[in-house]
Amino acid sequence: MHASGYEPWSAERAAQIIADHQHLAGATMPILHAVQEVFGFVPEPVVPMIAESLNLSRAEVHGVVTFYHDFRREPPGRHVIKLCAAEACQSMGSEALAAYAEQKLGLEMGETSADGRVTLEPIYCLGLCACAPSALIDGRLVGRLDRDTIDEIAAEAGR
Amino acid sequence: MSTPRIFVPNDATAIACGADRVARAFADAFAARGIEAVIVRNGSRGLFWLEPLVEVETPAGRVGYGPVKASDVTGLLDAGFMDGKAHPLCVGVVEELPYLKKQTRLTFARCGIIDPLSLDDYKAHGGYLGLAKAVQIGPAATVEEVFQSGLRGRGGAGFPTGIKWRTVAATAADQKYIVCNADEGDSGTFADRLIMEADPFCLIEGMTIAGLAVGATKGYVYCRSEYPLSLVVMEKAIAIARKAGLLGDNILGSGLAFDMEMRMGAGAYVCGEETALLESLEGKRGVVRAKPPLPAIKGLFQKPTVINNLISLATVPVILEKGGAFYRDFGMGRSRGTMPIQLAGNIKYGGLFETAFGIPLGELVYDIGGGTASGRPVKAVQAGGPLGAYLPISQFDTPFDYEAFAAKDALIGHGGIVVFDDTADMAHMARFAMEFCAHESCGKCTPCRIGSTRGKETLDKIIAGERREANLAILTDLCQTMKLGSLCALGGFTPYPVISALTHFPEDFGAAPRLPAAAE
Ligand SMILES: Cc1cc2nc3c(=O)[nH]c(=O)nc-3n(C[C@H](O)[C@H](O)[C@H](O)COP(=O)(O)O)c2cc1C
Ligand code: SF4
Ligand code: FES
Ligand code: FES
Repeated sequence: MHASGYEPWSAERAAQIIADHQHLAGATMPILHAVQEVFGFVPEPVVPMIAESLNLSRAEVHGVVTFYHDFRREPPGRHVIKLCAAEACQSMGSEALAAYAEQKLGLEMGETSADGRVTLEPIYCLGLCACAPSALIDGRLVGRLDRDTIDEIAAEAGR
Repeated sequence: MSTPRIFVPNDATAIACGADRVARAFADAFAARGIEAVIVRNGSRGLFWLEPLVEVETPAGRVGYGPVKASDVTGLLDAGFMDGKAHPLCVGVVEELPYLKKQTRLTFARCGIIDPLSLDDYKAHGGYLGLAKAVQIGPAATVEEVFQSGLRGRGGAGFPTGIKWRTVAATAADQKYIVCNADEGDSGTFADRLIMEADPFCLIEGMTIAGLAVGATKGYVYCRSEYPLSLVVMEKAIAIARKAGLLGDNILGSGLAFDMEMRMGAGAYVCGEETALLESLEGKRGVVRAKPPLPAIKGLFQKPTVINNLISLATVPVILEKGGAFYRDFGMGRSRGTMPIQLAGNIKYGGLFETAFGIPLGELVYDIGGGTASGRPVKAVQAGGPLGAYLPISQFDTPFDYEAFAAKDALIGHGGIVVFDDTADMAHMARFAMEFCAHESCGKCTPCRIGSTRGKETLDKIIAGERREANLAILTDLCQTMKLGSLCALGGFTPYPVISALTHFPEDFGAAPRLPAAAE
């Protein structure tokens, strides 16, 4: 296991994931989600494997991977910080907080730090709009986000 | 005396504000003090400014405390929390709070009250009476009941649900589907999420009724990936319902079959559009389909499909239980029944407010919502999500009604209202609308795909004060092209927030400030 909790690439493991989900109607998305959950991203070699098992072209599967914002083609940082950038959070000052996070982490939105420690990304609404601003930090929901919380995260990520 | 019960919501907002830590602190304190009590993880009642709202059962009713932090637990117990005694965080008997008392909770009647995963609780509060009725009166009468209720789709377009069901019922096929649209991408909305986390059996019952009514045996819930907790709760509820024979081959002994499964989106706003959603369910890129054919005729895997918003489906059980006429009695004009209005953004009392159609916007923002959270004056609200117009205070007399909003070039959409205070820069918000459209466009049509990027660039120039008049003319023209030339409402409605911001707040776009006398 990686420090991040993701498994290193393994074709056998990938084949297993595909076999587990192949029976589903419209199985592409469930397979891609499962692949990303295990490996942290969608490794390139899995694309032809999915294509073959679902009787699709590589281009079709590639098209699906690239269409959806959730699917990563590179491994994420060990910490993934997603700050909500949608309107309700903006009304509560999310943009200033995002700028603060960028400065504190030394990253721009959408970047992963060179040491692989942290990824900073926007997300568009977590349904926490009555307790804005909000964030999803390593899979944990955070409402009423403030600078203190960002400082804590930055400290955790060693910034 | 039975074991005392306390309630700590297992709801995304409550958890995002510390509910899990609070539940743990209570469990620890109970163990340390030798208190015997049950901690029920209920759903939220939707009074989000109070979350985590912890309740304790007392002879007077359920007394609430909120917002509670883990560090408050010792003090609460010392003050007599278990007996509902006074404390600075005490809000009294929760059901007596004006915010709840003023509501008409039909779809959300059980939310926050029951244990979301207890079938017994669900049934004790009217659950599965709707399905029993549907089984009793049969498919055709069930569709008629929904038609008679006047229910219109709660996903945004407001199409009569009964008519959609009639079409699917009348279309013969070897397989039909019920698809629940739980993509809930609009900023400022959380009604779908609240049902999934607080009353999941209500959705399961609604989809089952839909299946029996139109002859569909399989259902899918397409839930956005931004709702991880909803997915977990729904999966558990589906398993429980299956085990209890409420999903499967012989529902309630009727001989009728229906089963369902959860599917997860992947962060594409456009997949809330029904045909893009169907493409996505089929495992493809979420590109919008041209209509016709309607999904009701050729939907999922080319089969007749009812695709409804989650709230439309979750409202069906109460319609069947109490009758279409009962539901239709609420509301105004052609907007029948109740709407779960979601008060969000810069608002003091943010949360879910279910009420009959017709309530004026201003009453929602000020009387119910308490004005801004920042304490500054309200500048505008955006209603209906990222494709909805910005309404200034001068339009706050508009009643919450599909047609009244449409008459102002505005949208009630999925019922979200996002409040902005006077620090908001409306040119900036207009630019965001274009940027969001560019980010989320499925790419099928040029006005949306290219127009939104041009729109953003043009707004950048206007904001920079570059050839203002000429660029405003370009922007207006571009918006017209997007409105007329887009296949779906992503490209087609993005002009509404842009043009409304420009119309009502020209000073934010560099115009000379209006004199008070010239104001509307
Ligand atoms: C860009 C776009 C996004 C949409 N997002 C949603 C959504 O998140 N949830 C939803 O129920 N409907 C959404 N809709 C509306 C659906 O296309 C469709 O009208 C709805 O699912 C029908 O169900 P209803 O009749 O019960 O409202 C969206 C439409 C568009 C154009
Ligand atoms: S308007 Fe935009 S999102 Fe809708 S079909 Fe056209 S390109 Fe796709
Ligand atoms: S807009 Fe940020 S959580 Fe909804
Ligand atoms: S891409 Fe189809 S209109 Fe140009």
